[in-house]
Amino acid sequence: MPTVSVGRDHLFEALGRTYEQEEFEELCFEFGIELDDVTTEKEIMRKEKHLEEEASANEEVIYKIEVPANRYDLLCLEGLVQALRIFKKADQIPTYTLADVSKESMLKMHVKPETSLIRPFVVCAVLRGITFDESRYNSFIDLQDRLHQNICRRRTLVAIGTHDLDTIQGPFTYEALPPSDINFVPLKQVKKFRADELMEFYKSDLKLKKFLHIIENSPVFPVIYDHNRTVLSLPPIINGAHSAINLKTKNVFIECTATDLTKAKIVLNTMVTMFSMYCERKFEVEPVEVIYPDGKSCLYPDLSVYSMEVPLSYIIDTVGVSLEADEVTSLLNRMQLHAKQSLSEDKECKIIVSVPPTRSDVLHPCDVVEDVGIAYGYNNVPRRKLASLKPLPLNQLSDLIRLEIAMNGFTEILTWILCSYKENFSMLNRKDDKSTAVIIGNPRSADFEVVRTSLMPGALKTVAHNKDHPKPIKIFEVGDIAVLDEAKDVGATNRRQLAALYCGANSGFELIHCLVDRIMEIIGCPFVAVGDDTGYYIKLSNEPEFLPGRQASIIYRGKHIGTFGIVHPEILNNFDISDPCSFLELNMESFL
Amino acid sequence: MAEEAILGHLEKNVEISDSGDFASQSGIDHNEIVNVIKSLHGFRLVDAQDIKREKWVLTDEGKLYAAAGSPEVQLFLAVPPEGISREELQRKVDPSVYKIGCSQAIKNKWLEIGKQQVSRKVQQVEDTAKDLLTRIQNEEALSQADIDALKRRKLIALQTWKGYSVRKGPNYAPKRKKVATDLTRENLQRGDWKELEFKEYNFNAKGQSAEGGHLHPLLKVRRQLQMIFLQMGFEEMPTNNFVESSFWNFDALFQPQQHPARDSHDTFFLQAPSTTKMLPEDYVERVKHVHEHGGYGSRGYGYDWKREEANKNLLRTHTTAVSSRMLYLLAQVEKFLRFIRGDVYELKPFAPKKYYSIDRVFRNEAVDRTHLAEFHQIEGLVCDRGLTLGDLIGVLQDFFSRLGMSQLRFKPAYNPYTEPSMEIFSYHEGLKKWVEIGNSGMFRPEMLLPMGLPEDVRVIAWGLSLERPTMILYGVDNIRDLFGHKVDLGLIKRNPICRLGIEQLTGLDWLLGCAPIGLFDNWVLYLFARRSDHTAFGGPLGRDLGKGLKCFLVEMRDILGRKISTSPSTGAGFSCMKCRIGLVPVQTSTRLPLHSKEFLNRRQPPPTTKIR
Repeated sequence: MPTVSVGRDHLFEALGRTYEQEEFEELCFEFGIELDDVTTEKEIMRKEKHLEEEASANEEVIYKIEVPANRYDLLCLEGLVQALRIFKKADQIPTYTLADVSKESMLKMHVKPETSLIRPFVVCAVLRGITFDESRYNSFIDLQDRLHQNICRRRTLVAIGTHDLDTIQGPFTYEALPPSDINFVPLKQVKKFRADELMEFYKSDLKLKKFLHIIENSPVFPVIYDHNRTVLSLPPIINGAHSAINLKTKNVFIECTATDLTKAKIVLNTMVTMFSMYCERKFEVEPVEVIYPDGKSCLYPDLSVYSMEVPLSYIIDTVGVSLEADEVTSLLNRMQLHAKQSLSEDKECKIIVSVPPTRSDVLHPCDVVEDVGIAYGYNNVPRRKLASLKPLPLNQLSDLIRLEIAMNGFTEILTWILCSYKENFSMLNRKDDKSTAVIIGNPRSADFEVVRTSLMPGALKTVAHNKDHPKPIKIFEVGDIAVLDEAKDVGATNRRQLAALYCGANSGFELIHCLVDRIMEIIGCPFVAVGDDTGYYIKLSNEPEFLPGRQASIIYRGKHIGTFGIVHPEILNNFDISDPCSFLELNMESFL
Repeated sequence: MAEEAILGHLEKNVEISDSGDFASQSGIDHNEIVNVIKSLHGFRLVDAQDIKREKWVLTDEGKLYAAAGSPEVQLFLAVPPEGISREELQRKVDPSVYKIGCSQAIKNKWLEIGKQQVSRKVQQVEDTAKDLLTRIQNEEALSQADIDALKRRKLIALQTWKGYSVRKGPNYAPKRKKVATDLTRENLQRGDWKELEFKEYNFNAKGQSAEGGHLHPLLKVRRQLQMIFLQMGFEEMPTNNFVESSFWNFDALFQPQQHPARDSHDTFFLQAPSTTKMLPEDYVERVKHVHEHGGYGSRGYGYDWKREEANKNLLRTHTTAVSSRMLYLLAQVEKFLRFIRGDVYELKPFAPKKYYSIDRVFRNEAVDRTHLAEFHQIEGLVCDRGLTLGDLIGVLQDFFSRLGMSQLRFKPAYNPYTEPSMEIFSYHEGLKKWVEIGNSGMFRPEMLLPMGLPEDVRVIAWGLSLERPTMILYGVDNIRDLFGHKVDLGLIKRNPICRLGIEQLTGLDWLLGCAPIGLFDNWVLYLFARRSDHTAFGGPLGRDLGKGLKCFLVEMRDILGRKISTSPSTGAGFSCMKCRIGLVPVQTSTRLPLHSKEFLNRRQPPPTTKIR
């Protein structure tokens, strides 16, 4: 994306008001450009020279603004200001006109046939009665540079030459001559150069050497002469010194030579529309007749507007806002597009859009739609939701954690929700205080007396039934338990639990401890000091199912979420397990 | 040294006939020779044959007598010709010599041993035992009687000697090259890996078993089913509530209170928490009314609906209890206004929904090979305007096709809360019969309208268990081997990945690309298969596909890849084990294996029919 540097104070002066930086950024955002950097001339110099100087307070602040690559009209302060002022409804859209000059007094440019060998097109225009000051003049030069860089593809497609018309005399000729036949004093030089020598001379010129290749190997070089054989320019390399413009120049002759006529017209239009605002007759441009060897002639610049018919329904359907025709036209006006409503025969409402010469980016009604959208404000468009799916966070999280635990070498088990009353209480050294468990009223067998309040019985029963499995056994389960809950309509609620068990020749306590740390790691929870609520910590616990002194509570962000430890030998005995086990169980719902 | 000696010897000689002889000739310890032979044999540089020899050697006692003479002779010599007192004699000789000597001397009748006095009976004795022992030491042969006598006296023992006879092996080389078993860091650092010769791997054995974690097979299947639902645009319902009221589990579904499913021997009712405290009262009224008197065009069941029955808590018997809650919620959301912009609001339009869930349900049933008191129910439902039976069958076809069951039939059935109701049957290629795979239907208006859903909204739903397809998939025939604490951890670990929902050869839209599957004569046979809606492949290609086979595409190209014919064909199918492909000519029911001459001679391509 091209970037345009403009002086902040100049910009605000031209906009007619000052902005806080944030406010200006907001405006840019809305319009679709971006304040890329805020700097100063001297700051740029310092950076280039790697100097470490203190910035002084009175340096001029420069805004570097990024503009869309297809908006050549925004490549200078004049265009930016015009676009933003019109966007803010401070100005009307200008109408550009051609000066009314008689055919006889009109300046003429004669194109010689040889130019077709190297650079076949030229378009010209005149800005009469222009008033430059330093910043206007700099902007005029900068715009040429930026156009050269962007649409002109480093002068290969189009090259711009600007001349003080009062130093030269028409009619002009655009010719292509052998280099040795061209002699002139180029810009910024005092002595005459022959064109071939000049090319040699510029090979050491940092700025110009990169353009030499465009014509270097051609037997003929393009060149523009005036009536007195004064060289105006040797496009696309350099202008003549004779016709150079300066701050006092009143009348500017602009020529664009090109290999691409369409782009040449856009470039010329951009130059003249932007700077015609400084002319005596504002927004008026004097045309030049370009006459080709075959006698055909064209008048430039071509400031005609391009008319486009866009059905209102197309705009509404695309933007997704129901707008009336007059709303659309006024929105388009803010984007520098003249628009009016028309009713066709079939009663379909259409918007007639007149695209001014400044808006070469508008190719199709979709570009018009975009401008309606921008002026309406992208962020004001009501959001429509496409059909989409929302996963259940708890189940998603469970699945992610299951995978992580399996990756840690644990094998997943899936055990029954129902168990016997004994297994849930006495066999775990626990007493039923009648406040936790969901009790079945009509169990068919002792295996289904109660809804588990812990994943522990299932895990222990699995170990007991896998006596022959080689040790160590590392298993885990992520599943629901149910507990009584007064707050629920049915009086009970599910809890998502995570349990892991290690069974081997030794207790494997460290391994289970390590798994706790790993779970916290994947949750993104830091290990903190005891009492700190910003992470998790472990502290000694005293639960009947674990061996005293060999068990701990997990405190997650200040909340007790689970316990791990060496399973009490009495419990191992209850479940007929002969090897030591360590067990972890925690509630996962706090991780959501 | 031993290795050089052996390999060197074999270079010039045919064999080493006896490693023992070789050892003594070369002056190398026989044990060392044996070790080298074993190693060389292992690398097949030599072939070694076992030699086993037995020989008699002297025991420690025998060695003693061979040196000092037998105890009987020692004792005899200790007795002077004039005799000696017993005490004197005992003092003169070693106690063991006295003890053994006495018994042998008496046996030989050499000495007269009285109570006081010991005297010679003969004047001269020969030490035969010593002689025999010496002869054994010299490896001379002895008579069996002598051997037995010495053996009885434990003076000799049998010693087995093992050795080898050695010839050149298939890998014989005069000098052994050292083979490496692995590439090491040192090899890389030294750069000698270029010269390394590696010991051959034994690929007949499996590799080392890997350590790692594993997911439960049932949950792997659940994952794939979830993916299938998501791919079909279904959203998961929150099912983490095992405890449910009879109201949501039964009454809301227009299941009458006398329905057998509500008996205590089918359902787990709860002691704690025994009843539900909160129900949406206005909705309860509408449900009560529709049960008792009907409404919404229904006659109702015409009985006294009891609130106490509805309040009874239970463990949900199906996830449809969750569906009823979700649909009720959906109907309530209906009533909210939707913010448009500025001060514009509109009635929120009805939003169609597609829901699924896979979670635990509970039945108070006796546990056996195929039943547990708890299992996982898969449920899918679509709630939209204007749904038809065609939509239901279509969504079922889509869903079950993704599970590898594309040949479906639907049987009219009765469910209290759906009408029409259909049981879903699929043709099982293995069992060669139609098996029930699920239940489905459209929810009754008596269920939907009291909730407050718009009148033209219909809900189609289906359900099946997770365990059943999993058991079929993994060939488990006892449900307790799949789910619960009695499951073998080893099975969980060995369990393969679940490929449900992935295109496979075993059915569905499979596509082999343009892989040539055979070269017959000068024809290359390509299979790029496409499923039509009628296709049902129950097993891998090549298995007898049965009558269900309706259509697939075989493309024939010549060896240059030019297409000769494309033949989508319908009719009776056949398969060919050899080239693992079936071809179904339309006109003939004759089975023509692809590689048969008849087939190859049948250059005329079968007529083309259009694939739907």
